[in-house]
This record gives sequence, C-alpha cells and structure tokens, in this order.
Amino acid sequence: MYRAVSKPEKAAMYWKETFRQAKDIGIGSLPIIAIVATFIGAVSAVQFAYQFSSLNLVPMWWIGSVVRKAMILELAPTISALLLAGKVGSNIASELGTMRVTEQIDALEIMGVNTPAYLIGPKMGAAIFVVPMLVVLAVFLGIMGGWWAGVGGHFYTTAEYFKGVQDGFKGYDVFIMMVKSVLFGFIISSVSCYKGFTVQGGAVEIGQSSTQAVVYSSIFVVIVNFVVAFLLL
Amino acid sequence: MIEIKNITKSFGTAQVLKGVSATFESGKCNLIIGKSGSGKTVTLKCMVGLLEPDSGYILFDGRNITEMKFNERKEVRKEIGMLFQGTALFDSLSVQENVSFPLDMFSNMSAEEKLDRVNFCLGRVNLVNTNKKYPGELSGGMKKRVGIARAIVMNPKYLFCDEPNSGLDPKTSIVIDHLIQEITEEYNITTVVNTHDMNSVMGIGDKVIFIHEGSKYWEGTNKDILKITDGELFDFIFASDFLKDLRLRAHFENDK
Repeated sequence: MYRAVSKPEKAAMYWKETFRQAKDIGIGSLPIIAIVATFIGAVSAVQFAYQFSSLNLVPMWWIGSVVRKAMILELAPTISALLLAGKVGSNIASELGTMRVTEQIDALEIMGVNTPAYLIGPKMGAAIFVVPMLVVLAVFLGIMGGWWAGVGGHFYTTAEYFKGVQDGFKGYDVFIMMVKSVLFGFIISSVSCYKGFTVQGGAVEIGQSSTQAVVYSSIFVVIVNFVVAFLLL
Repeated sequence: MIEIKNITKSFGTAQVLKGVSATFESGKCNLIIGKSGSGKTVTLKCMVGLLEPDSGYILFDGRNITEMKFNERKEVRKEIGMLFQGTALFDSLSVQENVSFPLDMFSNMSAEEKLDRVNFCLGRVNLVNTNKKYPGELSGGMKKRVGIARAIVMNPKYLFCDEPNSGLDPKTSIVIDHLIQEITEEYNITTVVNTHDMNSVMGIGDKVIFIHEGSKYWEGTNKDILKITDGELFDFIFASDFLKDLRLRAHFENDK
C-alpha cells in the first residue's frame, strides 16, 4: 500500500493512466448506473404512492421529498457501489490478475517501474474521483425516474412532485452521500486491486480472485454504509 | 559482466538453488541450460531481482544488487532488458506503444525522437508496418521480436532472455537466436539466455552453464559440450535416441 502512494517516476504517465481508468470506470459504468438508478427511483415512487394512498393521511406531493431523501442518503450511493463492485471490481481484479500471471507486472518491475504505484494508484485515484460523480448522476436520474413513474401513473402532477423534491432539502444529506461515495470508491478499488495484484496461479485463480473482489467489496460497502449512517446521522 | 556467488533459494522446505556461482561475460551469449525444474528460471529471476536469494550475492559490473535499497535497484533495472517466455507484452497497448513504454516512462525524449527510436528498434528486429497492430494480432515469432525490440529500446547493458524459443518452430527459433546473438555483439551487451533448446546451445552458446538439481554441474562453451561422454549433462544433451544414434555414427565414422 505504501508503494502504491509513493512518488511516481513520471507524473504525466500516471495522469494519463488515471484518466484512462476514470474513463473506463465512469463512461463504462454509465449505462448500468443510469438504467438501475432510474428504475430504482421509479419503483420507489410507485411503492410510496401505493402506501400513501392506502393511508390517506399524507399528501402525495411528499413522495418527491421521500424519493429525494432515499436516493441521496441510501439508494444512490449504496446501490451504485454494489453495482460498481460487481462491474468495476471484477474488471480490475481480473485485469491485474491476468497481468500478474502473464508476467506483464514482472516486465514492468524489471523496467524499473514502481508497479503498485503505477497499476494501483491511478485505479484508486480514478475510483475515488469518479464514483461520487456517478452517485450524483444516480441521484438525479432516480429523482427523474420517480417523476416519470408518478406522473405517468397519475399519482401526482409534475408541480406537486418537484414541490416535494425541494421541500426540506438539507445540504448535510449531500455531504453524507459524498462521504459514502468516496469511501465506497476507495473500498471497491483497493479491495479489487489487492485481490488482482496478489494472484498466483492461472485462469482458475484469476476467476476466484475476481469473485472474491466482488464479494469482499460488497460486504465492506454494506458495513461501511451502516457505520457512516450510524456516526453521521 | 554479471557475477553470482553462492546463490541459495528455498521455497518452503524445498531448496531449489544450492549455492550457484557463475560469471556471465559481456559481449557474449551466456546460456543457462538444465532440465525442467532444475532451478534455471529461479536463477534468472534472482538475477533480475524478481526473487530475493536467501543467501549469496549478485554483482552487476561490481555493483551488489542484493544489498541495494529499492531506489538504488531501480537504477540498475533501467540498464536491464528482458525477453519473457510468454513475451509479457501489454495487451491493451499497440506494438509501438509497447516498445515506446520504457521511453515514455523514463526518458525525456520528444515524441518525434521516441518514434524514431521505436522504429529503429522495430527495424532492427525486422518488423515493419506493425506499429499500429496489437499483440493479439501477431504471430508467436513476431511477439518475440517485439519483446526483443522493447528489451533493447533503452540501450540496456544487460539482456535476459527466458526461454526465447518456447512455442516457436525450429526455423523461427534460429532467427530469434541469431537476432539475440547479433544484438549482443553489436552493442556489447551481457546476455543471459535461459533455455533447454539444444539448437540454441550449439548456435549461440558462447558460454554454457548446466544447472542440475539446484547446483552448477558444468560450465564451458558450445564446442566443449560435444566432448561430454557421460553423466547428467550427456543424458540431457542426448536425451533422444535419434541424437544418440547420430553421435554413435559420428564416432564410428571418425574411428574408420
């Protein structure tokens, strides 16, 4: 870990690699994050509308507020992180694992490259930078999903929904979301890099490390999610 | 010149190297030969620093790398080029980017200078019009040549080749062997080749070290090796009945 954050040989090469990783993680994960977040927001709105209508005690415009709060505090960061643990985590672990067993990491070592710094540092930097951006996008699309489902289902009007979305907004919720996102980005990248970088063997071991990266990342994500909520809420 | 002195290396309870000492001369192709599992790859990995020997030391022109710190060792590594058994080319980079990688990482050359150097190295290994191709689009022999081009792009003082002929047909193997020999002589490089290919031994073995069960068993030139009449080295060289027959016939012809 120490070597992963030590001084780079040539900063330009590290920046280039960081941007490549950011593009892979960010652009590559956009479709799945967008689809899942939109439908999570939509289904949340429908579920709340169903429950509110049966109670008949709560005005329907509150749904906008509930969807916003749920997306910011819980659904967007956690669901996004679990999706990214599956997609990005397995990708990182298998990429590094393949580089290890095909001696590509040895080749870098012999050239004099600080391999943990070059291979792990940019991935972690990119994940910590990109995951919060994806989560912000997930929040936006989730809220829009709630609007689309609710207005489409005639539970509320557009004006009512966005009145709810704006009602009682607290910047502190966004702060908690960003703390979670940064921590989740760190967890996914560091666990996956560790599992991939330390692979020994062949194809079977690469598969195992990839699976372990996803499983351990997901477990750490849900534990850290609880700890952050417990400490900050 | 590279010297190794009393190198030992164990993995758990298995002692793979039992005090190997040897000298590898500059401007020559120094071959390490031996059966599979004899310890030749471990010797090579200790020499390039991928494995730490348990005891003994390794001198690169008098510089003891076993006692060096990480940053000092990095400086020596910049003088090393290595051709891997599986070539270890970076799959996500084109041929040009693969060869240029050490220059991008460690040199202050302009983009034009780097391209000139890359083209020179690719030309030196007889590869033209392959700059934009990816490793997955190349044949085994072409990958080896790209590996050699990448190994020499930084003008190394030491070149290590791990099984350079593995997976190649006999004709391509000879081409690769000659390329290694030419480059060694042209740039006065200390070249260490790890092989069990007898064609390589006879073709480019300026100096040959035979490792058997973790110890140096024999040392000499490719001319001396044919004088061997018995023992482990004889069994290794003349492993096939076909070669043994040829040798007996040669003896018979000489006696007549």
